[in-house]
Amino acid sequence: MDWQTLADELFGAGHGITRDGDLLRGTVEFDGQPLTVIGSTDHAPVGVQLALAQARAVLDTLAQHPSRGILLLIDTQGQQLRRRDELLGINRAMAHLGMCIDLARRRGHRVLGLVYDQALSGGFITSGLIADACDALPEAEIRVMRLPAMARVTKLPEAMLAGLSESNPVFAPGVDNYVAMGGVRKLWQGDLATALREALASAPTADQRAEDGAARGGRRMAARVAQLVLDAP
Amino acid sequence: MISYAECSARERLALVVDKGSFHEWLPPSMRLTSPHLAQLGVPSAFDDGVAIGRATLDGHEVFVAAQEGEFMGGGVGEVHGAKLVGLMKRALRDRPKAVVLLAESGGVRLHEANAGLIAVSEVMRALLDVRTAGIPVIVLIGGANGCFGGMGIVARCADHIVMSDLGRLAMSGPEVIEASHGVEEFDSRDRALVWRTTGGKHRWLSGDCDALVEDDVAAFRAAAITALDAARPVTLDLLEAEHARLAARLLFEGNDAVAFWASTGAADAARVPDLDVAALQPLGAH
Repeated sequence: MDWQTLADELFGAGHGITRDGDLLRGTVEFDGQPLTVIGSTDHAPVGVQLALAQARAVLDTLAQHPSRGILLLIDTQGQQLRRRDELLGINRAMAHLGMCIDLARRRGHRVLGLVYDQALSGGFITSGLIADACDALPEAEIRVMRLPAMARVTKLPEAMLAGLSESNPVFAPGVDNYVAMGGVRKLWQGDLATALREALASAPTADQRAEDGAARGGRRMAARVAQLVLDAP
Repeated sequence: MISYAECSARERLALVVDKGSFHEWLPPSMRLTSPHLAQLGVPSAFDDGVAIGRATLDGHEVFVAAQEGEFMGGGVGEVHGAKLVGLMKRALRDRPKAVVLLAESGGVRLHEANAGLIAVSEVMRALLDVRTAGIPVIVLIGGANGCFGGMGIVARCADHIVMSDLGRLAMSGPEVIEASHGVEEFDSRDRALVWRTTGGKHRWLSGDCDALVEDDVAAFRAAAITALDAARPVTLDLLEAEHARLAARLLFEGNDAVAFWASTGAADAARVPDLDVAALQPLGAH
């Protein structure tokens, strides 16, 4: 879904979110409460600059608006694949963004991620996947890497990976698989404002994704293995 | 002197912690293998590529993990990631002096991509729980496979990073960048270029690691002992300082490491690739 359509449906016309390059930023009012919105659009690659711009918005909310909720609108093709970004420490900039969001959670800001278009790999780990909860629109797409690149790196035939993508939630890019594995809490159906209201009210503060993945059958080992470590003699 | 890069994960563990002190949790005899690799006809490992447990370091109890780069490049799959998460949760419960992570990983294990991606984010959150509790998380990077992708992010979430000049710390591998934007963007076969851009010397001069050591297990051990009191709980002030430091980097133009070092005030920047670790240690941004 186009970010403007989404913003209009959620917050009405004149919502206050502005676009600056690939960055989305603004303060909206939702159910009478101010809410910080931070995001990206146009399948933005997340490089050092965009990671820092998003981190700045989180830090400003932390400093100026204690306990204000934060909504992350996610549309990214993953990390920026440039030598300059590697030289400048893109992993450090992304970690910084993730740590800003993490600190916001710990200081009582409810942080909700919404994948409204596309989410890939590094751009997702330090946004939706480190929020209190991450939801998605049903038509959104989430994946780690495109199949041709995956075939090259794993040295497995692309046709084989394509076949597995049809049947195996561990490979297949759909959002349903991320729900089954607990990485995405739920898909928004019906009226979007109602869905946001429910999502904000029910966002957990503890990391329940491994338990969700086990209960939903998409990721059966993670929670059990972590518990085995806790119980190990 | 024993090369850290040439050791296996278990050899490194045995030599970094106090002799004979490593007690493994979920050892290979439990045969906790990846449920996903068999479907691909790919061999699995009885420890899923990571050894975890408790040990002592200079007499202090520490929790440790070591990723095996020889198995799937140290890639994080569902079980591998859950072992790291369990270790962090146990650290939060049992409060060791520190958690020491011997990282060697290409990041998410693509063979089980979705599960690995979620697992890495769970490791991140669990690590930050430990760090918030004031227990330092110390990351050692010196394996041949480097520390990339999601694990490159995880490493930068830790309190303290020790690297050798052979170590690499980055996000995307040079092959992936070359495949995406061409050999002019990043020639993955140019080893000198790759190390200038992502290697230990660069990360030391830029301040992306906290200690630079020789490729020697004893040097890593000594640096880990020094870091036992390196806890740096995350505060708003700390993140503001981090933000200012990173924002200043954006003023640099281009993608050339030597020019970058010169811009940070390093004397004789062009000579850095030829300098040994001892000569570089006084030059770091610390």
